[in-house]
Amino acid sequence: MAIQRGRPGAGTDDERHAPVKAREIREDDAQAMNDAPNDAPVILTIRSDARYLCLARALVGAFARQAGFDERCAGQVALAIDEALCNVMRHGYEGKSDQPIWMRLATIEEQDRTVGMRIVIEDEARQVEPAKIRSRDLADIRPGGLGVHIIREIMDDVLYEPRADRGMRLTLTRRLPSEGGRDLPVRNLESS
Amino acid sequence: MNERDSIEVSTEQRGDALIVTPTGDIDLHRSPAFRARLKDFASSKPKRLVVDLSRVPYMDSSGVATLVEAMQIARRQSTELVLCGLQDKVRSIFEIARLDMVFKIVPDADTASKA
Repeated sequence: MAIQRGRPGAGTDDERHAPVKAREIREDDAQAMNDAPNDAPVILTIRSDARYLCLARALVGAFARQAGFDERCAGQVALAIDEALCNVMRHGYEGKSDQPIWMRLATIEEQDRTVGMRIVIEDEARQVEPAKIRSRDLADIRPGGLGVHIIREIMDDVLYEPRADRGMRLTLTRRLPSEGGRDLPVRNLESS
Repeated sequence: MNERDSIEVSTEQRGDALIVTPTGDIDLHRSPAFRARLKDFASSKPKRLVVDLSRVPYMDSSGVATLVEAMQIARRQSTELVLCGLQDKVRSIFEIARLDMVFKIVPDADTASKA
């Protein structure tokens, strides 16, 4: 079963609960995924249902490790993707759990070697002016509003843009620390 | 909320401290259940509420938001909120969110109950 574009809630109950589907890419999807990277070796379609975040994290973490990131960096990249997907689910789709999200994973190759990875996340949610996608002031301690900060802190490049027809596209890159990517420090958090 | 959306949380009273130990990932899917449980525990107004995260391998910002809210509730009622047992991935989000100066974080439940 493929997600029905433009028909929220369509399909049988069983269909609505099918979590992840290696779906046939139709012409309009291919157009939506056109910009970058076309040669993505891994494409995941997931419904906007938070119960499947764990699957996306596992996939991204495994891909990052295979690309050469150590366990800690791979976990950070998986966290950034989790936060990006959460933002689509909570704010883009306003909690609707039956909407499509596409994610493409690819390594970044330079001079015949892998130097990092790129993740592209696309949705059909409401469009937002990229300049308005900001973190809250970290000094303002309150629940929520950390997702964008976490994404920007972990990833080397973060690009939000409206898709041509509808929805948003988020392109994230992280280079290997040995290739100029960030290497977030580990601090001792314990008070005593 | 159905059973699959719930979260296993064990509790132990140790002196003045109520130690709550959730098990499993705390992400957008499970944080609403965790939030509800934490609010229940806080409503008993323990002198010290210890959240032992040693059985939580992963937490995202929705889980952190739940803890920030619990901290705010705790402060209003003079309950001390202490976190302990942070695993690497959980530690990482506290580092990135720069919340280490906001929460009292100690190594383990023994330390937390005596802190």
